[in-house]
Amino acid sequence: MKPMGTEEKLGVDKFSVDEGNAHIIILKDTSSREALKKCVIACPAGLYTMKEDGNIGFDFAGCLECGTCRVLCAGTETLSWNYPQGTFGVEFRYG
Amino acid sequence: MVQEKFDVIVVGAGPAGLGAAYTMANAGLKVIVFERGEHPGSKNVMGGVLYRQATEDVFPEFWKEAPLERPVIESNYWLTTDDAVTKYGYRSQEFAGEPYNSFTVFRSKFDRWMGRKVEQAGALLICETVVEDIIKKDGKVVGVKTGRPNGQVYADVVVIAEGVNSILTQEALGLQKGYLAWDYLAVAVKEVIALPKEKIEDRFGLEDGKGATIEIIGEATKGMVGTAFIYTNMESISIGVGALMSHLVNRKLNPNDLLENLKAHPAIKPLIAGGEIKEYLGHMIPEGGYKAMPKLYGNGVVIVGDAAQLVNGLHREGSNLALISGKTAGEVIIKAFEKGDFSINSLAEYQQRLTDSFVVKDLQKYQHSSGYFEEHPELFYLYPHLASIANKEFFTIDNIPKKEKQRIIMRKVFEQRPKWELAKDLYKLWRVLG
Repeated sequence: MKPMGTEEKLGVDKFSVDEGNAHIIILKDTSSREALKKCVIACPAGLYTMKEDGNIGFDFAGCLECGTCRVLCAGTETLSWNYPQGTFGVEFRYG
Repeated sequence: MVQEKFDVIVVGAGPAGLGAAYTMANAGLKVIVFERGEHPGSKNVMGGVLYRQATEDVFPEFWKEAPLERPVIESNYWLTTDDAVTKYGYRSQEFAGEPYNSFTVFRSKFDRWMGRKVEQAGALLICETVVEDIIKKDGKVVGVKTGRPNGQVYADVVVIAEGVNSILTQEALGLQKGYLAWDYLAVAVKEVIALPKEKIEDRFGLEDGKGATIEIIGEATKGMVGTAFIYTNMESISIGVGALMSHLVNRKLNPNDLLENLKAHPAIKPLIAGGEIKEYLGHMIPEGGYKAMPKLYGNGVVIVGDAAQLVNGLHREGSNLALISGKTAGEVIIKAFEKGDFSINSLAEYQQRLTDSFVVKDLQKYQHSSGYFEEHPELFYLYPHLASIANKEFFTIDNIPKKEKQRIIMRKVFEQRPKWELAKDLYKLWRVLG
């Protein structure tokens, strides 16, 4: 098997995205950069990305709801982190 | 929304919450279980090994009706370097039949089955509902606020079984001292790779329907504190890897890159060759053990399972601790109803009973190990490497007299780790594990 990136892998998972109602929001906080850089490294879904302009992008669709970013940003007021509302988010068919 | 008052609210339909709910519903308590997923299991992740004894304690003879993959008859440990493996394992036919030792399972199917059992026992299971907050009155937890309109629900006791990322325990209740620390948690990823049943049995040397497990350390985690695993399901293989969050960040390694690295290992690649990826999963695993445990009870509330950080990482046990903690909480709550006393003193018995059981005893026993491994990650690289050096010499037949061979092995090992350091490692390992 050839190496697969997270984007391709998330393509096989089942999601129901709550468009317009993100369960994780990056609060505009300039002190949050260091915490967010950790999320770029460790997010298992690879949803935090370093953009060319140096900003950190985030896409909540594809979230596996593991909580890694919540822990990495704890105490920094970087994220507003909630579970997706019922019927939304990832649905594991195997688990 | 449900307006009436319940005896007990359970937040989360995993093994801890459903174990508690089943125990209480069977005793006639009026129980409501909230689950945020579409059905129990749809948000739940584990490597995939379910232990028979703890599961049977809650659901007698579950193997006769529950959806299971394979009974595990062979368990292996692999110490890996980049191109070699030292293997240790145990296989027994005794594990192939009743009463069994463990099974591989898919949580999406197994938890759903547990949910049905809980409903049959008389509990109300409400899915697709997030519990957003705790309702307190005069310092006592009296209910929860759900994400539904008019979503307040009241009960005498609330059981928090929210999983490792327990916002209620950590924020609403404040029972976790400080934040859940990044060096107390591992991040793990897993893939389910479909393969024909016969192919799995041929590759793993298994008879019809029987299963094997492999736990892997060393190169699999690039020497970070963590493990990888390969478990056989009926028509698929679960393969995954996890490492401490702090190590991943400091080493700038993404969990998926570790997994891809693992899948490319020469000893692992042939096991999954030709398979089709069916699902990709990520999850946090509590690795802080005893030190990371929150206070397990409050006024009108108890914490069970992963929400209480009850995982024995060294022995890859979690679902069994979840089931037993849920059952124990259920029994204590039943007693509280008999006495009509839901005060903090009454629920304190839950923590006491867990402390007297293998659940907390095991976590206490290994309480220094996570800190020790955290500070000595070289053990996860060095020892697999030393095993490879020694075994390579031992298995190479090259006309060198055996006496000389032994000297070569010792010299090569001591080059990597001086005698004194090895002795110190062994002593410390014995201290933290013995």
